[in-house]
Amino acid sequence: MATRRIEFNLATTGLDPQGRAARLPLGVADRGGVGILTGEDEPQLGGDHMLVNIGPQHPATHGVLRLVVELDGEVVVRVIPHIGYLHTGFEKLGEYRQYNQIVTLTDRMDYLAPMSNNVCLALAVEKLMGLDITERCKVLRVIACELSRIISHLVWMGTTAIDLGAFTPFLWCFQERERVYDLQEMWTGARLTTSLTRVGGLMADIPDGFESGLREFCKTFPNTLDEVDVMLTRNAIWCARLQGIGIMSAEEAINYSLSGPMLRASGVPYDVRKDRPYLDYESYDFEIPVGEHGDAYDRFLCRFEEMRQSVRILEQALDRLPDGPINVSDPRVSLPPKTAAMSDMEAMIFHFKQVMEGIETPVGEAYLPIEGPKGELGYYFVSDGTAKPVRFRVRPPAFINLASLAKMAEGHLLSDLIAINASIDIVMGEVDR
Amino acid sequence: MGLDVTQPTDAPPDTTVVSPVSPNWVTTKLDFIVNWARSNSLWPMPFGTACCAIEFMATAASRFDMARFGMERMSFSPRQADVLICAGRLPFKLAPVIRRIYDQMPQPKWVISMGACASTGGIFDTYAMVQGIDTVVPVDVYVPGCPPRPEGLLYGILMLQKKIRGETLADRTLREEHPLDERGLRMSPRLLDEISEPFGNSIHQTRSG
Amino acid sequence: MNPSVQALRHHFEEGGAIGRALESCGDTIVYVQASMLPRALEFLKVTPEQDYDYLVDVTAVEYRDAERPLELVYELFSLRRRAQLRVKVELDKSEDLVIDSIVPLWNAANWLEREVYDMFGVRFEGHPDLRRILMWETYSEGHPLRKDFPLRGRFSRSEQVRRALNMNPEAHYSMEELSIAQAYHELPADMRDRLARDERGKVPDPESS
Repeated sequence: MATRRIEFNLATTGLDPQGRAARLPLGVADRGGVGILTGEDEPQLGGDHMLVNIGPQHPATHGVLRLVVELDGEVVVRVIPHIGYLHTGFEKLGEYRQYNQIVTLTDRMDYLAPMSNNVCLALAVEKLMGLDITERCKVLRVIACELSRIISHLVWMGTTAIDLGAFTPFLWCFQERERVYDLQEMWTGARLTTSLTRVGGLMADIPDGFESGLREFCKTFPNTLDEVDVMLTRNAIWCARLQGIGIMSAEEAINYSLSGPMLRASGVPYDVRKDRPYLDYESYDFEIPVGEHGDAYDRFLCRFEEMRQSVRILEQALDRLPDGPINVSDPRVSLPPKTAAMSDMEAMIFHFKQVMEGIETPVGEAYLPIEGPKGELGYYFVSDGTAKPVRFRVRPPAFINLASLAKMAEGHLLSDLIAINASIDIVMGEVDR
Repeated sequence: MGLDVTQPTDAPPDTTVVSPVSPNWVTTKLDFIVNWARSNSLWPMPFGTACCAIEFMATAASRFDMARFGMERMSFSPRQADVLICAGRLPFKLAPVIRRIYDQMPQPKWVISMGACASTGGIFDTYAMVQGIDTVVPVDVYVPGCPPRPEGLLYGILMLQKKIRGETLADRTLREEHPLDERGLRMSPRLLDEISEPFGNSIHQTRSG
Repeated sequence: MNPSVQALRHHFEEGGAIGRALESCGDTIVYVQASMLPRALEFLKVTPEQDYDYLVDVTAVEYRDAERPLELVYELFSLRRRAQLRVKVELDKSEDLVIDSIVPLWNAANWLEREVYDMFGVRFEGHPDLRRILMWETYSEGHPLRKDFPLRGRFSRSEQVRRALNMNPEAHYSMEELSIAQAYHELPADMRDRLARDERGKVPDPESS
């Protein structure tokens, strides 16, 4: 048998100090940087399956997701997602933090929609404590949730358009996002990591000019949506790349516990805002878009319509925004005003106790879901009566939705895999936590 | 085009300022041209992992428009990249990946560590997180912030350009590769442990739990 | 109290299969004997009056009190009836943490059970692909969400970085590896042991033997 000797230079440094190859391309034995391919070892291109590795650093995987794809020609035989490349240990860290300190962690979990994460955390702790928040706080939190939904869907739309070859919608979407960022910054002082809520209220009331700015946004934002609508919805390429791709039937979607637009695109009208109402969502007038085909195109349509519905909710929330305090009056939960803390002994003690010891919750446990932009976002707290949770668990919608990728992508083309992956709307910070 | 021909003020102290008639005249002029070209056409490799990547995208998008600094050409392949911008937190599972990407980048190459997590581990002093990417790859510019505003990142990029303008071809050490040592680390374990120590508030917070 | 608890008690009369039930913050919690879990969940899923068709979450809780058993939590929801039920299983920590997998009932449990295995070390019998999911497979510090696991991990930072950098980022990039990973639990014990020491993917050198 003819033996061929192939010398190759590794692009990496490749050699360890003993001169042996440290990391070699696959299929090449460890022979000091020199690979010997015999005739038998030569790749058989005929009917063999091929492995393609996508990620963890790849522009089309929306973060550090790694997909190992087995291909038969160009057809995906199976996909094996590898996650955990952004595993940060939020849940462990949360057990060492007081409830109000966890708020900063939630920002960084779903960083496309930080405010809805903040709200979910606060609601879960309030459920654990049995607190009733003020009316103004409820409406402001609805505004925060819906703004988050809009900016999260905007990123999704922009990046998906890039994945499928359209750059312009990305710029339009980010322009709108910048306007929401301005509002967020006005309200919380940060563009991205808002840390908006506190247990029993908010970190700050909305400043002057926020209301008019938000009204202006609600008035002009649908224009951008219309532009994107013209650009994408009936675009032949867009339709061809998305329609009939990554189909999940209603039964499969429930079996995989999909949630959010993923579930509704399959025709299951489950929305936490309607089915397990929180923050008085039942009193707002809005529609839940439901798809019928369960493919990537229906997911696009659902998310697109959700943005319009969010604008409706925002307008209603602005109309009904009542005056009043944003924090509950219980001094063990919300910080006293700074002036009171400086002049009043009792207020200062409460201030000190809250900052140093945190808020103590009763023994018990609470799971509270909200309709996040990605799906059912739930926070589960177990308390043993101290100021720090025994267990801090996030029900991550993107993680559970992503688990269905392998099922959806089977039998599609490799290029469709990118479209399917994009249609899930993952955010790796939440998938890996 | 107005070329600024003054000596870089942040040149290393051992760089002697040469007169136009000195034999080094060619080198300095060549340095100037090369550095001018390099610093104004940096191709970034966006190693975006977490929140900072979103701000990085905002920097590249319409309002902040990184194209003004010659960086609009994102190089998603490390083999054509000049600057590795590590935007976001770096867990241990990702550490060999960033090292591999850094090794794959050809010289000259620079690294910007964007954000608190990439620079120090940030608020995540946990079992899964690298406490600063400088324990894995060398870093040229640290951009603070959680996440840094786009203006902050742009300022970091401008600082990197300034640094590049101070480099000289005569200094071969600048372009040397520093592979991992026999332990598979890029610094002594003692130093690594020391710079990974918790600091400030986080000591008290974690020990009390 | 959710009427499903009564239905469960009625259906599983024998031998205390259904433990205590309680209400916390408006949620109903019912404890089920570990061996009865798949049957109980199947009853809740397929019985028309129960119809808990949506598996919201699978997770585990370990209490700070070392005496208390580890709890597995199955959060169920009925889309049609809009009813919630939390089923819990207690596992004694002094014994093997083993329970039957519920992947045959809900595919969603696949990754969720893998996460519980990764974070708590609970083995799910009958799971099609029980591997670590968030940490890498050769991670040897333990199961991070257990209470005896320190926040910063068991090893020093330098050791963690060293192990991370010496990890093979190309693991799982060959047909052999993928099939080995899937058949991991059917492999002979010595081979599993070698794989756990990251000896996967090395081709023996014919010249040395």
